[in-house]
Amino acid sequence: MSARGLQDLAAQVVELALAAGANDAECTVSEGDEFSVNVRMGEVETLTEAGARGAGVRVLVGRHTGSSYTSDLTGDGLRTMVRSALDLARITTEDPHAGLPDPDELGKLDLDLQLYSDSVAQLEPEFKIEQARRAEKAALDFDPRIANSEGASFNTDIGQHAFANSRGFVGSYRTSSCSMAAVPVAKNGGAMERDFWFTLARRADRLESPEAVGRRAAERALRRLGPRKIATQRVPVVFEPRIAQSLLANIFEAVSGDSIYRHESFLAGKLGEKIASEALTVVDDGTIPGLFGSSPFDDEGVPVRRTVVIERGVLKSYLLNTYTARKLGMNTTGNASRGLTGNAGIGHNNLFLEPGRGAPEQIIASVKSGFYVTELMGFGVNIVTGDYSRGAVGLWIENGELAYPVSEVTIASTLPAMLAGLEKVGSDLEFRGSVAAPTILIAEMTVSGQ
Amino acid sequence: MTAFRDSLFAARFGLAGQDLQNYLSEALSLGGDYADLYFEYLYTTSISIDESIVKSATQGVSVGVGIRVIAGERTGYAYSGDLAPERVRKAARTAAAIARGPSKIEKTGFEEVQKPELYPVLLAPTETALEERVLLVKRADAAARAADPRVFQVIASYADNLRHVLVATSEGTLSYDRQPLARLAVVALARQDGGAPQRGFAGGGGRVPLEVFLHEKTPEHFAREAVRQAIVQLDAVAAPAGETTVVLGPGWPGILLHEAVGHGLEADFNRKKVSAFSDRIGQQVASPLCTVVDDGTLASRRGSLNVDDEGVPTRQNVLIENGVLRGYLQDKLSSRILRSQSTGSGRRESYQHIPMPRMTNTFMLAGESEPGEIIRSVKKGLYCANFGGGQVDITSGNFVFSASESYLIEDGRITRPVRGATLIGNGPEALKYVSMVGNDLKLDEGIGICGKEGQSVPVGVGIPTIKIDRMTVGGTA
Repeated sequence: MSARGLQDLAAQVVELALAAGANDAECTVSEGDEFSVNVRMGEVETLTEAGARGAGVRVLVGRHTGSSYTSDLTGDGLRTMVRSALDLARITTEDPHAGLPDPDELGKLDLDLQLYSDSVAQLEPEFKIEQARRAEKAALDFDPRIANSEGASFNTDIGQHAFANSRGFVGSYRTSSCSMAAVPVAKNGGAMERDFWFTLARRADRLESPEAVGRRAAERALRRLGPRKIATQRVPVVFEPRIAQSLLANIFEAVSGDSIYRHESFLAGKLGEKIASEALTVVDDGTIPGLFGSSPFDDEGVPVRRTVVIERGVLKSYLLNTYTARKLGMNTTGNASRGLTGNAGIGHNNLFLEPGRGAPEQIIASVKSGFYVTELMGFGVNIVTGDYSRGAVGLWIENGELAYPVSEVTIASTLPAMLAGLEKVGSDLEFRGSVAAPTILIAEMTVSGQ
Repeated sequence: MTAFRDSLFAARFGLAGQDLQNYLSEALSLGGDYADLYFEYLYTTSISIDESIVKSATQGVSVGVGIRVIAGERTGYAYSGDLAPERVRKAARTAAAIARGPSKIEKTGFEEVQKPELYPVLLAPTETALEERVLLVKRADAAARAADPRVFQVIASYADNLRHVLVATSEGTLSYDRQPLARLAVVALARQDGGAPQRGFAGGGGRVPLEVFLHEKTPEHFAREAVRQAIVQLDAVAAPAGETTVVLGPGWPGILLHEAVGHGLEADFNRKKVSAFSDRIGQQVASPLCTVVDDGTLASRRGSLNVDDEGVPTRQNVLIENGVLRGYLQDKLSSRILRSQSTGSGRRESYQHIPMPRMTNTFMLAGESEPGEIIRSVKKGLYCANFGGGQVDITSGNFVFSASESYLIEDGRITRPVRGATLIGNGPEALKYVSMVGNDLKLDEGIGICGKEGQSVPVGVGIPTIKIDRMTVGGTA
């Protein structure tokens, strides 16, 4: 369907809902086509090609809400969906804060965000298979110890997203993305280690080469071979960018409006306070062209924007949608997020940690004895208390150099202590998805091993 | 047993045996060794309460078909969210493109798979009145708030779904199954004297009728349990750091088995030889006290299925017997390549996903020790009663799981509660240190979700009280 067609459909559902007795309504319609191929040991292993679409509606009857969704976009399907949402509104409780954004908050960014490129849809299946094959081959050829592989993949997604509400908002946008990843297995005697690397972009010509992806993946798997389990001790810990990203994801959860109004976050009530070292500045910015966290409006029809969340260690803003903003007596920050339906939750746009001055090598060189973390495992982060304990893999730092691999250990501390102890931030910020962070150094954590 | 001719697909979508034949022929029109069709109709409901306000109630329906063609070790896959014949045929042709060569499949007609009735739910929760279901979250909210004055926030959620699945294969098998699933979960936040809040969580359910929540697994049961866990944490001290003796309580701590051995025994990883358990059948990978099974045939359990998502009846699979590795979990593709049989372990998240070997309900059989005797045998260690999630790197074998409720063991007695901590070990090694196995096997309450390669499926776990002589605990003390 054309973007216009999706928009019209969304507006039509809103009309249906109002006619059926809702006093407010909002509708999302989305459509997507995916292609994915996985090549293993040189042969195509799986190839998937398909499309799907769906619509969702949320209605307000007084201050009662009800939501529903369907994959059946026929007239009958949409009418059934609307009826279901109205039925559900009968069983929910009146909520004085429920409602759509005020009309003056609605709108879309008037700027070319470069979320879509024809170049992705134009890629031929044979080309995509060949790219994956080259990425895997580059990994296998890199070193004789790369003797096996879980394969390499190439994926493309083309999507269209439309939203309309009864306050007069209607809008839509298209997105495209392509990605390539390699997952080689390194072997040394009986022991094996696996790692991966990937590239992704909204335009085909922005992808890194298959060889770059394959080689980087191979290097990452190889450097894990022959790990030691070190003694339990407290040391400085360096997070490589991908790991620093995960800390940013923890911060995101802790500043999300839902966690804040429920007091389900160690940062609830800390607005304006110093919660981290001066080295930490965190920004959420949905207005940067070409990035994966950008969009012209959020999932309530509010324009996205740039929000400074933490500035030189001071908590400046929570990330809010309309509902959580009303609960807290604040304004939405354009961070509403949801699937096809339901009450909006909170999502980030491009969430990043402002880079510092030091090269990652300089940060590592500043550590006499410490742990450079390249992978974290498990879910041991408690946003309510800030307790932090996760499985870790990485390299031991000895006299400022990466010395040997370490695994089967945990790192533990609390998020407040980690943020306060964030001593150094690297210059190596790079967007590979919608959350990005450079290398960081945390003054001290407990590494638990033997 | 419900037959295809009585199924929703025949009744509502007018699907006939001849249509299935035609789609399969189209799928194999370019060659290929095998094809299957997976029709799915999924109806979901979810309701949640927060601040004693029922803020959200959502229902939805999703329909589609996934078509798979296997040619040698290659899989072609396509799906359609539209069951109109021309759309399904187009998906079949797309999946067919994986194969090259003449079509070699003859039409055979279908035989319906004989399957048990593990969840004979006449009226699925999905089909009951909304008013009855919303009461569950209201009762949970009220019970949690009444349980202790230190509770200041309660979030309760209820979700159910009814999945109709039809699998037709080029081997001539046909199976239709109607799979209900429901769960109720409660989060309670408690605070003492203006101190830091603590969170407790409890939930459960299964392939059960709504009455189970009214009489057995009541909202009050889960509410009190969530509150108990939050209150325990108010007095928690820092968890120890380093290697120590760990005693796991019965039930949900069975997630250890899911992570430490279950994933590593899935046949796709093993035929590719990327698992730490590859080529180790017949070897000692656990203490002789350990027998671990994966069983999809337990009545009404969350992880159970009459037939898997490839139309194969589930069964009890012995993974480890007296410490010796016995077998892998196989789907159709892996068993073809390994020249063995499917173990009824082929599962997928939805019609948009390719099936792969997965667990169902994974647990360790009971041993002979009294739980009290196990605790008394530990001079210094950690007793873990409840866990959050876990994760495994199947290639290195390293796994983690996060203890959400645990206590110090001092001189044979459970003493102080400790704060949340991650435990880490290595799959083929960790269970060798199991020195006692209790006689109190318990399955979890029915809340587990397992993720693999981006696909989530409901699962169950279980374990008796066990003692592990050596395991690394990731605390700070």
